[in-house]
Amino acid sequence: MTGSIAIIAALLVPLIGVLGIVGARHKPNLRETVTLVTATCLFILVASLLTPVLAGGRPSISLLEVLPGLSIAFEVEPLGLVFALIASFLWIVTSVYAIGYMRAHHEKNQTRFYAYFAVALSSTMGIAFAGNMFTLFIFYEILTLSTYPLVTHSGTAEAKRGGRTYFGILIGTSVAFQLLAIIITYFTVGTLDFTQGGILAGKASDVVISLLLLLYVFGVGKAALMPFHRWLPAAMVAPTPVSALLHAVAVVKAGVFTILKISVYIFGLDLLADIGVREFLMWLAAATILISSIIAIRQDNLKRRLAYSTISQLSYIILGAMLATEAGVIGGTMHIAMHAFGKITLFFCAGAILVATHKTEISQMRGIGRTMPITMTAYTIGALSIIGAPPMGGLWSKWMLGMAALEAGEVAMIGVLMLSSLLSIGYLLPVSIYAFFNTPDPQNDGKPVFKEAPALSVAALSFTALGCIALFLFPDPLHHLASLIVAPVN
Amino acid sequence: MIAAHLPALQIAIPLIAAPICLLLRRESLAWAWATFISWVVFALAWMMLEKTLTGGAFNYELGGWEAPWGIEYQVDAVNAFILLIVAAIGAIVMPYARASVNREIPEHKRGLFYTAYLLCLTGLLGITITGDAFNVFVFLEVSSLSSYALIAMGRDPKALTAAFQYLIMGTIGATFILIGIGLMYQMTGTLNMADLAKRLPAVEDSRPVLAAFAFFIVGVCLKLALFPLHLWLPNAYAYAPSVVTAFLAATATKVSVYVLYRFVFTIFGQSFSFDVIPLESILLVLSLAGIFAASTVAIFQTNVKRLLAYSSVAQIGYIMLGVALVTVAGLTASILHIFNHAIMKGALFLCMGAVYYQIGSVKIEDMNGIGKKMPFTMFAFVIAGLGLIGVPLTVGFISKWYLITAVLERGWWPVAVLILLSSLLAVIYIWRVVEAAYFKSGDDEVVVEEAPLSMLIPIYVLTGASVYFGIETSLPVETAAEAARQLLGIGG
Repeated sequence: MTGSIAIIAALLVPLIGVLGIVGARHKPNLRETVTLVTATCLFILVASLLTPVLAGGRPSISLLEVLPGLSIAFEVEPLGLVFALIASFLWIVTSVYAIGYMRAHHEKNQTRFYAYFAVALSSTMGIAFAGNMFTLFIFYEILTLSTYPLVTHSGTAEAKRGGRTYFGILIGTSVAFQLLAIIITYFTVGTLDFTQGGILAGKASDVVISLLLLLYVFGVGKAALMPFHRWLPAAMVAPTPVSALLHAVAVVKAGVFTILKISVYIFGLDLLADIGVREFLMWLAAATILISSIIAIRQDNLKRRLAYSTISQLSYIILGAMLATEAGVIGGTMHIAMHAFGKITLFFCAGAILVATHKTEISQMRGIGRTMPITMTAYTIGALSIIGAPPMGGLWSKWMLGMAALEAGEVAMIGVLMLSSLLSIGYLLPVSIYAFFNTPDPQNDGKPVFKEAPALSVAALSFTALGCIALFLFPDPLHHLASLIVAPVN
Repeated sequence: MIAAHLPALQIAIPLIAAPICLLLRRESLAWAWATFISWVVFALAWMMLEKTLTGGAFNYELGGWEAPWGIEYQVDAVNAFILLIVAAIGAIVMPYARASVNREIPEHKRGLFYTAYLLCLTGLLGITITGDAFNVFVFLEVSSLSSYALIAMGRDPKALTAAFQYLIMGTIGATFILIGIGLMYQMTGTLNMADLAKRLPAVEDSRPVLAAFAFFIVGVCLKLALFPLHLWLPNAYAYAPSVVTAFLAATATKVSVYVLYRFVFTIFGQSFSFDVIPLESILLVLSLAGIFAASTVAIFQTNVKRLLAYSSVAQIGYIMLGVALVTVAGLTASILHIFNHAIMKGALFLCMGAVYYQIGSVKIEDMNGIGKKMPFTMFAFVIAGLGLIGVPLTVGFISKWYLITAVLERGWWPVAVLILLSSLLAVIYIWRVVEAAYFKSGDDEVVVEEAPLSMLIPIYVLTGASVYFGIETSLPVETAAEAARQLLGIGG
């Protein structure tokens, strides 16, 4: 199969899946089978692009030209491929998890849930494979629109409020800043194509370029850089599979992915390194890392704590981009993968606890390790990966980012990374300690009995936890792919 | 033969058809006749645009009387394009009209309704095609008087007061326009537009010419509902019969904008309008104020037709902002938005007409959960609404893109930011409707059916157009660019 067909198929397969899901709405088993088959097909399609890209190819396809120089076009390069691989692979795992979770939790409107989930994945593929900023912007907006019904899934007043914050911040920043940046870029350069080495160098004054960088970085609200981070905790009203795949992987990673993509292919690392406000944005990312970690410590609701942890971890990637070095980009890209596996495990665990015990607050989770040993072991593995401790994959991306900071001469940033690791110990590990080393409150909970979440959910979270370990043992394929992003063009 | 007399036929056919319509006593015949005429008019408008785009501008002397004694019709890319928009909207709305009119207008008035519609159409086309300043006023009155009647036919008793309000404001506007034209005649001795354009520069320093310009511009701005002269519009649009709202919203104010283009650029000339008179800053301030004020007011409306009406006032702001730029790019954006806005707003009002047809209300709280009951209508509403916001792959995006590029070309960065911020207001008011329709549950007991096909097809023609022209942009963009160049007298 040629690359360009695979790109179109990757966009269409989830949409065809939507038809199947809606068609099978009266037969839940068939409907979930459709989801799983669709997710598997998507992953195979994306994986089929690996060979040509590793060989140095850039499969591409241009669909139509809306205005001169403004077209809907796709091109697969290593960064987008990493993102697409992770998102499509974890969709399979999340679907398995969701089947257990949604049924055990007696969620309503499950057909709508699975259908919009598939649309969200299609738009994620569009973002990953976008060949220019215009195409990326379109899919970025579709992703926001298609995830709104998922955030407000429960239909409660709280869900609607959360949905409004979510929608308002994401649409607001993208229209007010990102679109403006896109138009200014088009106006000054005449193209929006992602090009190795950037398109802006020498085309505009320093002031304009600085302004553009600010507009782009703040315009990508999905990256949750402070002060535009509040949508992420607000989105936690969604069912857990949504929080897990979309708000730990697809949506937020679409944000940081876009920032990496803009840094490498719109500005180019050489130009980026010379922009004055880059320094400011780097410090802002550092501040976001620390502040949101501190906020995370103060949260008692597990999902909210994880959300603030995500905000913190996303800024690692922004920091990597703003270091404007090759190692920074490689580290940032690897962190997309490492954080994805770690955080999805944690969210899966939070959902499993909710389903099995109906507990959402950390203070209620004393001694829960005795009733849910598998879940809490997986939780601990995921937590260690986020912290960056061996033998978990998270170590490598932190390692690379630390190296990048050294290379860029930003010693203070190494301090930030270290401090952040300490803080993440502070907000992630107490949950494990509570669970394993505290005795449950006998008045409320009675004697601990083994009571795990549905088998499918436990299987999924064990799998991603093992993934964290596998990424520690075999980081090289990922590193190799990430290093191709900044490899000289041959 | 037909080709030679196209301009005359364009006006004469609907004008003569109107009294014939009155004679056809039966409602179904009157509707069929009005629909047929609308399609003929559309075909003529299409032929005329083809002719101007291939063969350039041309004149037509009415009745063979040479100008300046006779009345001359002048057709170029600018007004041929506007004619096409008006005629196309008429042709699309008419098949829809029957079901809607039968529901909203008492039987004995239906024949009159179609007659008034044909007169209104004649008036709008006449304003656009004529090359004679006084003739503009005459057709303006034809269209205005018939639209007062059309609005007053609304089922809500408030339609009468709305029509009366519009009558007063519209008459003031028309009087101002007449005073302006009178003063121009006094100073130059001609009413022919081409002659006016030649003779006005010689006397442009005189006070009567300044007064003429002032009266004329204020009068036209009243008719085109530029903020803060828009007060007649929200009520008129909210309480008029659905078909009338859709037709007028897509055409009437647009034709007035055309009159403004013609007088500001062709007759008074760019240097007089923008150098002697500070029209640039006036229009810039008023259009921006209008965009923000009207969009904000729209957010707080509970009646969706009123909400869309305020949105129209805001959209007029975008159109006038393009004029304030006084560049080819700015005017292109302005003309393009006339076309694009006509499509989107037409579609949105038609959707509301379908909702009104089924549930007898267009209040937001009555529309809870309607997305499930009328899926096709509301889907079209969402698509057209996305266009209004300016989402890519819709016509609204193309308009905004051109407008912002034109603004950047002038170096007005803050204005570009303001335009984008204003789209966020559109997000809010469209989203309020979407939220009610899809995310609130209505009364499941009440059975609501989907609108009939005769309504859905016109709705989808316009909705489809708003996506089609958002992707395949060459026809509107090239025509608008050509029109803009002609207005500014640049190139062919």
